[in-house]
Amino acid sequence: MNLHEYQAKQLFREYEIPVSDGLVANSINQAEEKALSLGTDKWVVKAQVHAGGRGKAGGVEIVDNIQAVKDFCKKWIGKNLITFQTDENGQPVNEILIETCTDIDKELYLGAVIDRASQRLVVMASTEGGVNIEEVAEATPEKIFKAEIDPISGPKDTQSKNLALSLGLNEKQSSQFRNIFNGLVKLFLDKDLSLVEVNPLVITKSGDLICLDAKINVDSNALFRQEKIEQLRDFSQEDSREAKASEWDLSYVALDGNIGCMVNGAGLAMGTMDIIKLQGGEPANFLDVGGTADSKRVAEAFKIILSDENVNTVLINIFGGIVRCDVIAEGIVEALTVMGVSVPVVVRLEGNNASKGLQILEECDLNIIPASSLEEAAILAVNASKGET
Amino acid sequence: MSILIDKSTKVICQGFTGGQATQHCIQCIEYGTSLVGGVTPGKGGQTHLDLPVFNSVKEAVDNTGATASLIFVPARFCKESILEAAESGITLIVCITEGIPTIDMLEVKVICDNLGIRLIGPNCPGIITPGESKMGIMPGDIHLPGKVGVISRSGTLTYEAVKQTTDLGFGQTSCVGIGGDPIPGTSFIDALELFEKDKSTEAIVMVGEIGGTAEEAAAEFIKSNVTKPVVSYIAGVTAPPGKRMGHAGAIIAGGKGTAEDKFKALDSAGVYTVRSPAEIGKGVAEVTGW
Repeated sequence: MNLHEYQAKQLFREYEIPVSDGLVANSINQAEEKALSLGTDKWVVKAQVHAGGRGKAGGVEIVDNIQAVKDFCKKWIGKNLITFQTDENGQPVNEILIETCTDIDKELYLGAVIDRASQRLVVMASTEGGVNIEEVAEATPEKIFKAEIDPISGPKDTQSKNLALSLGLNEKQSSQFRNIFNGLVKLFLDKDLSLVEVNPLVITKSGDLICLDAKINVDSNALFRQEKIEQLRDFSQEDSREAKASEWDLSYVALDGNIGCMVNGAGLAMGTMDIIKLQGGEPANFLDVGGTADSKRVAEAFKIILSDENVNTVLINIFGGIVRCDVIAEGIVEALTVMGVSVPVVVRLEGNNASKGLQILEECDLNIIPASSLEEAAILAVNASKGET
Repeated sequence: MSILIDKSTKVICQGFTGGQATQHCIQCIEYGTSLVGGVTPGKGGQTHLDLPVFNSVKEAVDNTGATASLIFVPARFCKESILEAAESGITLIVCITEGIPTIDMLEVKVICDNLGIRLIGPNCPGIITPGESKMGIMPGDIHLPGKVGVISRSGTLTYEAVKQTTDLGFGQTSCVGIGGDPIPGTSFIDALELFEKDKSTEAIVMVGEIGGTAEEAAAEFIKSNVTKPVVSYIAGVTAPPGKRMGHAGAIIAGGKGTAEDKFKALDSAGVYTVRSPAEIGKGVAEVTGW
């Protein structure tokens, strides 16, 4: 789950990590009022969307009069911002963050992430701030400095000290950096984050450290114990079908093709997409129906798959382990009957009670094409998607 | 021969009396697993599936001599349950549960490693030694005692690999589902090492997927440490970047963790890779000449 910049910065404040004074507004009137209340005559206005690359897309501006604040809000609130990280439709802008302006001397980078290779929380810092850090890591990995946090003993002062040294910070800044470093690690662990990025962390003209941007991703698995964080979820930033799927505990990711896929198990769901592609077809989605695929979930899965108007064929691939294939077959028949699905549905059932399941499918008079192997299922689905049967 | 479990392995189940656990424990017992009891706090002294229920793992171990534990408890209690098993004399822990917070696993992994305890999973189908013992949720009847070792990050893709090697008559020594989470208890390398040492294992199937660099690390390991033929399939060539594909660990982040990178690393390590999940069995036949 992702947070907005203004939400991330609120968490930073709670952990005494320095950020600019700022307020968030969702209307022009509110923006005027809040901008004036900041008691300055120069503002940074930032469109709040779950995507990077906002600056280049016109979603961040520095303005020096209140009319310009209002103009910016008028331009963006209710519109979509398209950046290199969004799809062609962009992300809806519902809020504008209005902040005081900072005089920048130098831009740095600070991030924290769970590193899967070392199996540690790793804090990363770089002198190359304000640019794409993945490019820095690729081109000049020696400019990225790391500290691995021990899961038992926690962060150590020597770690923040060494990072501060690598960043070339003076004594005052090093002490500020230590507070930011410790605050960031504590925030990460307290709130079950999976990523924090401060890009840029800047040294101001007066020589102080301040976080100008803030990006936070939260571990979705931990939301059961992060109720306050869960309330920050902004469904408007998510693909509507993905959000709908998650209500039913289904994992769905939209793709560009025309063969809708319903599979049990994440690995097999990816494998099914891959084999469709190998056979010359285009998968329309990833969908894992999970281990308890009853008729209700199958019906919901169908609804989500078919809400994509590109879908002209559906491939169902179930390897019954936890689930019984006859139960799945009944669910498929029931769902198709109730919904009046008209596109061809290729079904491959394997494993637990597979023959019983196939028998149920063969005996119904719906547009179902049974397949006896994964490869055959892919070929049949690809042919059907091209109008060849 | 096999790795990690055989018919003499004494197994308990944590979360024993729950619905999922009950259903799968019945199947494990039917398969031949030596299940000797279970743990559900507050239900100690009762009997479930004709086996004793204990309040704690310590009590279960003291009374049954169990060395392995199969965990079905809900994600929010898993850290505690794994650590309880680790500190009570269990040496093999298989955790089926999906959805454990990653931060919990950071600590669990360090403690299990320090105690020398083998943890498999979480978010995995478990482990099976065909014809002997099954600690997990895989359908037993697709397996065949034989000579292929199977390692996989995915549940149903493991079944796919198993069924193909069974249909061709090769069978399996053991099959380990290492799970789809970012911090797995057992890595590909750990499992490869075990299969390399196991005399009955003549070939290894390794099923990977997008996300992380575990397959690349495994490729490096195979180059200098594995003499047996390895066949590999990586799921997710068609997966878009930045999206979590079901498993918590299956995500291409910052251009890292693509299926193409993994295929490339494995190819250059001399691994026989297949591009279709339907060709895993065929790949084993090709590379071994069986």
